[in-house]
Amino acid sequence: MIEVESLTKFYGPRRAINNLSFQIERGEVVGFLGPNGAGKSTTMNILSCILPASSGTARIQGYDTFEHSIELRKIIGYLPETPPLYPDMSVFDYLIFAAQVRGLTGKHIKSAVEKVIEKCSLKDVSHRITGRLSKGYQQRVGLAQAMVHDPDILILDEPTIGLDPIQIIEIRKLIQELASTHTIILSSHILPEITQICQRVIIINEGEISAVDSLEGLTASMRKSERLSLTVRNPNDDIERKLNAVNEVISVVPGEENQFFIECALNSNLQDEFARLTLDNKWGLIEIKPISMTLEDVFLKLTIEEKDVVA
Amino acid sequence: MRNVWIIAKRDLGSFFNSPIFYVVTTVFLIIYSFIFFNILNFFSFQSLQAGQLQAMGMSLNLNEMVVEPSLQNMSVILLMIIPVITMRSFAEEKKTKTFRLLLSSPVPLREIVFGKFLACMIVVTVMVLISSYSIGFLFLLGEPELGPVITGYAGVVLMAGCYVSVGVFASSLTDNQIVAAVLTFGFSLFMWIIGWGAQAAGATTGKVLQFLSIADHMERFLKGIVDTSDLVYYLSFILLSLFLCNRVLDSNRWR
Repeated sequence: MIEVESLTKFYGPRRAINNLSFQIERGEVVGFLGPNGAGKSTTMNILSCILPASSGTARIQGYDTFEHSIELRKIIGYLPETPPLYPDMSVFDYLIFAAQVRGLTGKHIKSAVEKVIEKCSLKDVSHRITGRLSKGYQQRVGLAQAMVHDPDILILDEPTIGLDPIQIIEIRKLIQELASTHTIILSSHILPEITQICQRVIIINEGEISAVDSLEGLTASMRKSERLSLTVRNPNDDIERKLNAVNEVISVVPGEENQFFIECALNSNLQDEFARLTLDNKWGLIEIKPISMTLEDVFLKLTIEEKDVVA
Repeated sequence: MRNVWIIAKRDLGSFFNSPIFYVVTTVFLIIYSFIFFNILNFFSFQSLQAGQLQAMGMSLNLNEMVVEPSLQNMSVILLMIIPVITMRSFAEEKKTKTFRLLLSSPVPLREIVFGKFLACMIVVTVMVLISSYSIGFLFLLGEPELGPVITGYAGVVLMAGCYVSVGVFASSLTDNQIVAAVLTFGFSLFMWIIGWGAQAAGATTGKVLQFLSIADHMERFLKGIVDTSDLVYYLSFILLSLFLCNRVLDSNRWR
């Protein structure tokens, strides 16, 4: 559905993105993850046919985003990082305008606007001036504006930025509902958000792709060791030494309240060994559990490793 | 064309919903009316004198002595007031980031530019039309000739079109409305007085400067003459400004 090939964009002498290539299939929900200024918005701007790329191509359904930009815009819904609201218009008038400008005609306009008001639960505010709405509602109007023409592809640039936790949950729920019928690209620098919504993550750092994978794949591939947590009732002084002595254990770090974090080699499956050891030494087993790497760890690892290479 | 109207309609809505239109129109009408009243007063004084001094013998012409100077003065007021109307066009859209909505819509850039121009043009035309109440008085009280009045107004609207197109262009250069207004005023005024350089310049250059002057092309319209060279001048002036505006917005995407 979306094919990006060695996409590069310069702003003057500054290179915003460098040689990006990735593919997105129909119906996927893909997250762009990266620190601020990594090139997420630039990539999204190119995909939504606003900016031309300096080199490389971006194709949507086989059409180039530059050469067929007018046609493509009809099937793309775009929400910039600041919702593009005219502060002096009412929500209803604004959405009517958005529908018209996005190419809807005649009686489709009103029905589309009513549908989108329903979907984004904007009924209560539909006659209020957009400039006076809370940030959460403004963001929702922005989202409504992006989907009023029922596009196949939704490009959402930081859809939850600046919202309070409850609003974030609402927007997230809305995006999840949309995910079943749309291809969605969203960007964020907030990790849990991506984990909850997206099937696939593209990590962008300093204009280059650091990783493209599913969440599980990413965390799995980044793991060079496994971590376990062992909690016991009454450890003796020997415990650390004994745990360390086990083959394939890399390190043991004591945590709070008789918890120990054990790092061991990949696929070593040492749970049984630790359980046996605990029982033999009468430490009193409470819990053994694997600690899976969070996206946050992956992200930090990727972006920091990258920096080390550069430095 | 449909898109042009959609864009224009939204801009008109924001003109009429904000105080700008009402303030600008009121100021414009007060100043114009004051000038008109004084011109009329001067005219009636002159005709009184002419009546007493039979020797003068010449007939005083309402068109020449009232309509013409009124419209000339109006065009100066417009020169100062139009920058305020056009300054928002693109500068505000860029500032509030709403321009992204238009840019991501399936509307070609030139239609957006035309839409913005049309909206400002409609506002200015409405102002000018309201001011024509004054000419209505003349028809009630005397017998001015209708032809030159109509061509005179056409000339004013065309000239206003030049200011508006410069304003829309200036607005595309910046996201600061004041900068846009100052640029518009400065450039319009310069194009207005450019003919003054004619005397100092050589014969050929002088002719060119004279021809480039916005004010110069008004003269014939006010006298009731529609010269194609004037029409061509105004229309190409407008189209060139809008074309430049289009290029600026387009090139912004590349930088």
